[in-house]
Amino acid sequence: MPGQSVGVVHSQRAHFCDPLTLRSGGVVPAYDLVYETYGTLNAAKSNAILVCHALSGHHHVAGHYADAPNNVGWWDNIVGPGRPLDTDKFFVVGVNNLGGCHGSTGPSSINPATGQPWGADFPIVAVSDWVETQARLADRLGIDAWAAVIGGSLGGMQALRWTISQPERVRNAVVIASAPKLSAQNIAFNDVARQAILTDPDFHGGNYYQHHTRPVRGLRLARMLGHITYLSDDQMGEKFGRELRNGSFAFDFDVEFEVESYLRYQGDKFAGYFDANTYLLMTKALDYFDPARLDGGDLVKAMARSHPDTGFLIASFTTDWRFTPARSKEIVAALLANGRNVSYAEIDLNFGHDSFLMDDAHYHAVVDAYLRNIKL
Amino acid sequence: MTTPRTPVSECRNGAPSGATPIRGEAAPLREAGQLTHTLGRPDFDVIAGWIEPGHRVLDLGCGDGTLLKHLIDTRGVRGVGVEIDDANILAAIRNGINVIQGNLERGLDEFADQAFDHVVLSRTLQTVRHTEGILREMLRIGREAVVSFPNFAYWKNLRSVLDGRMPVSEDLPYQWYDSPNVRFFTLLDFEALCTQTGLVIRERRVLDEAGKPVDSDDERELNFLGSLAVYRLSRVR
Repeated sequence: MPGQSVGVVHSQRAHFCDPLTLRSGGVVPAYDLVYETYGTLNAAKSNAILVCHALSGHHHVAGHYADAPNNVGWWDNIVGPGRPLDTDKFFVVGVNNLGGCHGSTGPSSINPATGQPWGADFPIVAVSDWVETQARLADRLGIDAWAAVIGGSLGGMQALRWTISQPERVRNAVVIASAPKLSAQNIAFNDVARQAILTDPDFHGGNYYQHHTRPVRGLRLARMLGHITYLSDDQMGEKFGRELRNGSFAFDFDVEFEVESYLRYQGDKFAGYFDANTYLLMTKALDYFDPARLDGGDLVKAMARSHPDTGFLIASFTTDWRFTPARSKEIVAALLANGRNVSYAEIDLNFGHDSFLMDDAHYHAVVDAYLRNIKL
Repeated sequence: MTTPRTPVSECRNGAPSGATPIRGEAAPLREAGQLTHTLGRPDFDVIAGWIEPGHRVLDLGCGDGTLLKHLIDTRGVRGVGVEIDDANILAAIRNGINVIQGNLERGLDEFADQAFDHVVLSRTLQTVRHTEGILREMLRIGREAVVSFPNFAYWKNLRSVLDGRMPVSEDLPYQWYDSPNVRFFTLLDFEALCTQTGLVIRERRVLDEAGKPVDSDDERELNFLGSLAVYRLSRVR
């Protein structure tokens, strides 16, 4: 990849003591947001880019920690000097969303009212709540308007929501591998994932922390299922085919096919560090996301709430069957109907939904070209 | 054995023979153009002359966005392009153009009825299979359609065929085996289709290979002298 890594980074914490009433009606009396920044905020504070994370992401977008050189940010390939999110030009902010499990307040944090982890009592958060908390972080950082808000998948939904909820505060939105709302199939996948967690005997109604256990089996299954939907059939075929680990059938239920080995490894790895309650919250935020709902399902009306000067780059991937190009084109159509400035790229990459995380020359060149034209 | 031929054109700035084939309906954009035409494309000058300041313009097969950029810069239009080719999408975004990646053959559902004043299709109609479909879509989306295309009845093209070889010229810069063109038609053919499908020709400019306007009272003579034609179409007069 061209350009350089941002190198050593460190995370920061912002405490917010104003209570936040969420879309669900729940109230979080006070909360922390953990975030990282790369590059330098200019004097006019006009060069800030917010990176929104997807289901399992967090604030550690780029670079690595001095004491953990192998802990590289989840979107390191796109952030840094000379990279599309060029830290010589932009001040890039990554934040762990409310309800997360990487340091921001979430179900595994202590509920000050009880002195115990929030667990099942942590209220359901919506994408619009994340936009609100991100806006409060922007206030804290002195950023009136983002030069761009960018995200893939659930992150793209946040970028889109920003343009509707806070139209004056976002000059460009880069919405990648996303959708204006989930399909029934998408929700169905999420529900199977949730059921895996909810029916794990170690779940204990969400209060597993007090039982000194974690619903690892459920979370592992949820991740295995999710992982299948993030990849393309072709890619799985190329990567694993029907390869057997030991060359011949064993006629039992142990790991035989390479693809089984891979999925179990991914499931185990994820279940080892991710919080099951956060996984539940994130999938619900996905399911509920539907910014056109308040406008009677009319996305054209919903996007009319965006600022006429806000620019949009919408990108999709040809092999993404979780959020197909057709879903991105719904967003494009709604923006065109409102006469908004929008460009749309349909990128031919073989990695399914996960393509948005890949280091592809054309994909990155498109994002780079769009961001380079932003006048500060 | 096929030996690449030089274009039958005497034009010094003609496109090289065996020009790189382009994908789909992308219009060929050539750097070495007519010096008298600021954009290197004489039809662009004609099209620009028909578009009024502030108009909403959709350019189908917009390439790298050269025409739209020119119209935005000089006429203050609001423009959107449609393009199929990855490299052109990237170039158009670099040019600061609103560009939508898509395939003209698959319809233009993302565009609402009468959303544009002008829908432009420059040097691309001959690469589209669904000729009637695209013309219908253009006038669904736009008040006016602006179409330019190479005239296969141009006398040099006819001479080439009489000599036994398919024409290669300034306006047809491809070998028969690498051409993106799938429809071969003339001015008179196109006008007959317009009559048949109820499209009104509001204006017409016929250009020779050097991009100079040609005119004649005799339609057949015009069909013989014109290398490139530019039309302005609408549903109603």
